[in-house]
Amino acid sequence: MALVDVKGVSKRFGGLTAVSDVDLTVNAGEVHCLIGPNGAGKSTLFKLIVGLYPPTSGSIFFDSIDITAERPYARVQRGMSIKMQAPSVFKELPVRQNIQVALQERLSGAERVAEEERLLSLLNLAEESGKLAGALSHGQQQWLEIGMALALQPQLLLLDEPTAGMSPEETYKTGELIKSFNAEGMTVLVVEHDMAFVRQVAQRVTVLHLGKIFARGSLEAILEDEKVAEIYLGKTHAH
Amino acid sequence: MLKLLDGPQTLGRGKIFWSCFLAVLAGALIYPLLADSYDVGNFAYFLIWIFMALGLCLMWGYGGMLSFGQTFFFGIAGYGYGVLAINMGGGTATIAALVLSVIVAMIAAGILGYFMIWGGISGIFFGIVTLSATLVLAFFLGQTAGPEWHIGPARLNGFNGMKGMDPLTVGSFDIEGSALYYLMIALIVIVYIALRMLVNSSVGNVIVATRENPQRAEMLGYDVRKYQLLTFVIGSGLAGLSGALYTSWGQFITPSSIGLPAAAMPIVWVAFSGRNDLTATLVGSFLLLFGFQTITVYSQQAALVLMGVLLLATVMLAPQGFVLGIGKLVVDWWTRRRLRDESPALADTGRLQSDET
Repeated sequence: MALVDVKGVSKRFGGLTAVSDVDLTVNAGEVHCLIGPNGAGKSTLFKLIVGLYPPTSGSIFFDSIDITAERPYARVQRGMSIKMQAPSVFKELPVRQNIQVALQERLSGAERVAEEERLLSLLNLAEESGKLAGALSHGQQQWLEIGMALALQPQLLLLDEPTAGMSPEETYKTGELIKSFNAEGMTVLVVEHDMAFVRQVAQRVTVLHLGKIFARGSLEAILEDEKVAEIYLGKTHAH
Repeated sequence: MLKLLDGPQTLGRGKIFWSCFLAVLAGALIYPLLADSYDVGNFAYFLIWIFMALGLCLMWGYGGMLSFGQTFFFGIAGYGYGVLAINMGGGTATIAALVLSVIVAMIAAGILGYFMIWGGISGIFFGIVTLSATLVLAFFLGQTAGPEWHIGPARLNGFNGMKGMDPLTVGSFDIEGSALYYLMIALIVIVYIALRMLVNSSVGNVIVATRENPQRAEMLGYDVRKYQLLTFVIGSGLAGLSGALYTSWGQFITPSSIGLPAAAMPIVWVAFSGRNDLTATLVGSFLLLFGFQTITVYSQQAALVLMGVLLLATVMLAPQGFVLGIGKLVVDWWTRRRLRDESPALADTGRLQSDET
């Protein structure tokens, strides 16, 4: 069953068409990766789905409801949760308060405190909980933002390059974390170009090129596709 | 509920802070018994302006919205009080005039704020639009000298200002002198406590988060525009409270209390005090008002120049505010000393979080 259904969406910035007539379906319960070379339109499509950009044409459905005209907060209230490409946290607030702001609509009192502790521990941020978020390393800020996104217990987790700036170990742990949440039923849409990470988490892959859908299918099928290797990997297979 | 008084958004916390608070309050309550009536009246006058400063602290320090419109709402409620008090016949009706004039200022804030916030105005443009509204009101009221400018029997009187309204009155008792002073103390305690609870509540969490990163706050499911509008209406309403109290205190109001020099004053008070903390704003604004009034006795120009110098010094030397900076130093020093007494090793590990006093 389709949780996200993007139908004929285009986005133009003046004379530049960043996304052109894209159809994309993300099924409930899958980890779906959106890949493509730089300038393919991945982040623009991501911003269209989360509501940061209005599409020039086309429609976006979430759980069969047309959300094309809705602002980001309304989409989040429907069950989306978003992590942007650059770390986007409340830098002048302590780490714990960042998590609190994300949790407070869903939980209160002792339940909220327990969930704060669980998330801080899960993200390896328990010892940093009193620090200002801006004092964390880049990778830790990425983790904190992922934690804030997870705190909403979303149906759909949207991640734009979640491992940017992370070490290989942190990247691997992030992948395992995403798989564990997916195993509990969470749908995940990831924009990523770290192929090792994509291999680790992806169940289905969509390839964007020059703002259009270039290929889609299982990870294995995409990796075997000569044309994908040509445009995405510079005629070199991903191994 | 009481936990909200000691939450993370306010610097002063714990038993020592609240003991000091009660001591200062006790001192304020016995002050009229020790001072002459002129000084008590002067103190009541200083306290009238504190609401406007606290409102700006909420909007600017906590909400990230620099409003130059505090005297716009001060003027609306100030003139509103005059018009209502005169039209309603004075006497006990002045209490209703006070409440209604503040409500009118809040409705005006709701309308102006809606168009600005839903229109996507933020940052420096928020200051420009609110300043423009303030100047428009001041210039408009300045040209209302003719007899045709009246609302019922209340004449606006142009630059000479509106006069003839009663002071706040209960029955046949005029709330002036010591009575006004005690009313100011009671209102300040109520407003200060209420604002502390607001900023430390879940709503306050979102207000501060919106200041830090509005896009992230929206992506946590909050319609940040509603929180910004709420902040703007409360902050502007407090400016309105100052305006209505000012008119009832002096029984006059002129456009000069709205214009550019007046509009800049709350910015100076709050910037100097420390816009990110209510207590720093309360203390710093009072000190500045006291100093300003004292110097004005000798030279009003010198007092205005001093305010400008203080603003420059704050921006260049202590952007977070002098009073807040000193407050943080005191809390850090106290926390380090306490921990050194309890565990010498811990105290040497570096600067400590001032979570508790």
